[in-house]
Amino acid sequence: MQFDFNEQQNEFRQEARRFLAAECSTERVRKALEGGGFDRQLWQGVAEMGFLGIAIPEEHGGLGLGYLELCAVAEEFGRALAPLPIVSSIYLAAEAIKSFGTPEQQAAWLPRIAAGAAIGCLASVEGERLTEKSTRATFANGTLNGAKLPVLDGDIADVAIVLAKEGDSLSLVLVDLAQDGIARRTLDTLDPTRGQAELTFTNAAAERLGDRGEGWAMLQTLLDRAAVLVAFEQIGGADRALEMGRDYALERMAFGRQIGSFQAIKHMLADMYVSATLARSNAYYGAWALSTGAAELPRAAATARVSATNAFRHCAKNNVQVHGGMGFTWQMDCHLFYRRSNQLALALGSQPDWEEKLVTRLAAANEPLAA
Amino acid sequence: MNFDDTPEEAAFRAEARAWIDANAPKHLHPILSGSGFGTSAEAGEIDMLAEAKKWQKAKRDAGWACLHWPKEYGGRGASPMERVIWNQEEGVYAQLSFTFIIGQGMCGPTVMAWGSEEDKQRLLPPLAAGEDIWCQMFSEPAAGSDLAGLRTRAVQDGDEWVVNGSKIWTSGAHISQYGILLTRTDPTVAKHKGLTMFWVDMRSPGIEVRPILQAHGQSGFNEVFFTDLRIPDSQRLGAVGNGWNVSLTTLMNERLSIGSGMSTGFEPLLDYATRAPGPSGGRLVDDPSIRSKLADWATKASGLKYTSMRALTALSKGEQPGPENSIGKLVAGSTMQDIAMFALDQQGEMGVLTDPELAAHAARFQQTLMRSPATRIEGGTDEILRNIIAERVLGLPGDVRVDKDVPFEKIPTRA
Ligand SMILES: Cc1cc2nc3c(=O)[nH]c(=O)nc-3n(C[C@H](O)[C@H](O)[C@H](O)COP(=O)(O)OP(=O)(O)OC[C@H]3O[C@@H](n4cnc5c(N)ncnc54)[C@H](O)[C@@H]3O)c2cc1C
Repeated sequence: MQFDFNEQQNEFRQEARRFLAAECSTERVRKALEGGGFDRQLWQGVAEMGFLGIAIPEEHGGLGLGYLELCAVAEEFGRALAPLPIVSSIYLAAEAIKSFGTPEQQAAWLPRIAAGAAIGCLASVEGERLTEKSTRATFANGTLNGAKLPVLDGDIADVAIVLAKEGDSLSLVLVDLAQDGIARRTLDTLDPTRGQAELTFTNAAAERLGDRGEGWAMLQTLLDRAAVLVAFEQIGGADRALEMGRDYALERMAFGRQIGSFQAIKHMLADMYVSATLARSNAYYGAWALSTGAAELPRAAATARVSATNAFRHCAKNNVQVHGGMGFTWQMDCHLFYRRSNQLALALGSQPDWEEKLVTRLAAANEPLAA
Repeated sequence: MNFDDTPEEAAFRAEARAWIDANAPKHLHPILSGSGFGTSAEAGEIDMLAEAKKWQKAKRDAGWACLHWPKEYGGRGASPMERVIWNQEEGVYAQLSFTFIIGQGMCGPTVMAWGSEEDKQRLLPPLAAGEDIWCQMFSEPAAGSDLAGLRTRAVQDGDEWVVNGSKIWTSGAHISQYGILLTRTDPTVAKHKGLTMFWVDMRSPGIEVRPILQAHGQSGFNEVFFTDLRIPDSQRLGAVGNGWNVSLTTLMNERLSIGSGMSTGFEPLLDYATRAPGPSGGRLVDDPSIRSKLADWATKASGLKYTSMRALTALSKGEQPGPENSIGKLVAGSTMQDIAMFALDQQGEMGVLTDPELAAHAARFQQTLMRSPATRIEGGTDEILRNIIAERVLGLPGDVRVDKDVPFEKIPTRA
């Protein structure tokens, strides 16, 4: 049994941690929060380290490594609260093009995405909770019409993977966003370090990605894979929020004692540790399924996702609580984690959607979970 | 990342599986797999005791008892990983060994670490063979979580010690031949410093065992009274005054039994929910109002399962299990209690019935409802486990202790 990352993968993680510690301090994250816009320099730095192309084949300019390396690095992006379009461009768009694109589509986009020269995004939602019936955008004769909102990183993306109706069924289409038929509107959001936009397509030139009518099924596959990677961002964020809370509890004095000597605080932190630990173990389960292409990936991904969303929210909100009034100041970093924990909880579909998927998949398998 | 056995582990697993398949008491399978989850500690009921002893003896004779113990003491000298593989393969039949768990898992290792060679030769092989049952006499009415506050007094008299006092909640004392006993030998020093450990023959004069009727109506634990009990000094485990350290050996060994995986009850719940009818027709599992809860428990069950896989991976690399393993019982205890109550609710007014013929799922959820409070108390309460995580894993300060450096006899005993 080797239910852990191996030495080489851990080294990769360390490299990412060193790089992000040096280049992506919370001051830098704040710049994006405080209206500084997209940090293209940091994005280029991450690209030069090879982190964007980890799971992209070498022939398309990537490193051609596996998902475990990408999971390890995702955890570090989560720890650092990286204000970067990784979820959209790497976990979603690159994966979509890699898995479902034609050789031409792959050659056109993957090298640019791996190099950080192009940013991808996924546009599926249309102003309400996404269901198989909620899509109104249409694709016909190579043109796309409709509006998508919110689109994560839609404000800065160069290419979009769009869910659209093609006749009676749903397809995925690929749209180059550098054209006249596209309007963008940046939206106010809980976590401006990862922007949101509305994209409107008016007779925009588009090409199908993958098979006609398979859009919904392909989307589910993409969301499952991305859910595992996002779970790693979430456990990275949860761990760091827990560490922040622990450190403050050791430092802050009240009633002549460290606040970390009060059991209410100790037990709060212990419970944060418990949910972070369960989420980490579930994320590893997801990573195992993703990296081996196991048939139980849908179950593992939903398990990892639900668990990681709970843990990051739990740790981020209680980190504020441990910090007291200081925790509610703009100056302290607590709200950065609080914002990101909620942003990630709502990306890829919210918690009730994932709970629904998890129970449906477990009931279908009705296979024993616990040993 | 994989769950695969090494070739050696696979060979070991195949050997264990073949032996179990050929030798296990298969007629007991339905009883063992049908009992309430989390209720296994009560499996030592009279009719099962003989079966338990038979299974243990068979295992010992074939070299499958106390796998991690040295061969000379009745074990197999197996690696920690082999022990885990055995546990996985033994499956429901492992419940038969619960009667011996305190002896083999806690008392035996304590004797092995602190006893004389003569004691080890004499006491350990029959323990491995299931001929002897052992109990752990630590807790007292005034000393549970605060174990070092115990008052059972041992006074030296030549080559012997004279013991007076009493223990409580001693599991299995009524069926035990031996026990380990933590006593106070010096009340004039600080509480942790004046303790001394012994092993005792439970048939000695001066010991009286009175079963306690437990909240769920069964008797698994006891009160044990000592009246001028005489213990030879040769039965002392560790130095006089070193009892606290010796007791840590016992308690640490509890932690080594990872990998057996504590049930949260989610598996039976899911099974139940996919079979039972829901409130508006269809299956219970399709009721939208319960799915969020099911999802939450699913992640707890799976989280514990894969946490133990990670712990096993660390173990197979030779790392020692640490205080982080406290999370298993902490999560499983309250989850199984919540699941049991939830399952009863789903049964409507029928949920109150305990007759296995009438109650859903052969009344397993009712059994668990009644047993689960104990899981959250025995072997470290939920609150003590949170303290352990906070202090030993996260490095937070210990609780303020007003009694720490005070001579034991000067510690106030009333508010
Ligand atoms: C089924 C069962 C089997 C058992 N078997 C054995 C056995 O074989 N041998 C044996 O020696 N003992 C045994 N015990 C005893 C068990 O170890 C104790 O009951 C347990 O350690 C709790 O101690 P207590 O009962 O004195 O509760 P107390 O320590 O009085 O606790 C009462 C409450 O106060 C809380 N509390 C206490 N101290 C703290 C603290 N520092 N911080 C926060 N909260 C605190 C507890 O969490 C609990 O909620 C058994 C118990 C049970 C239920």
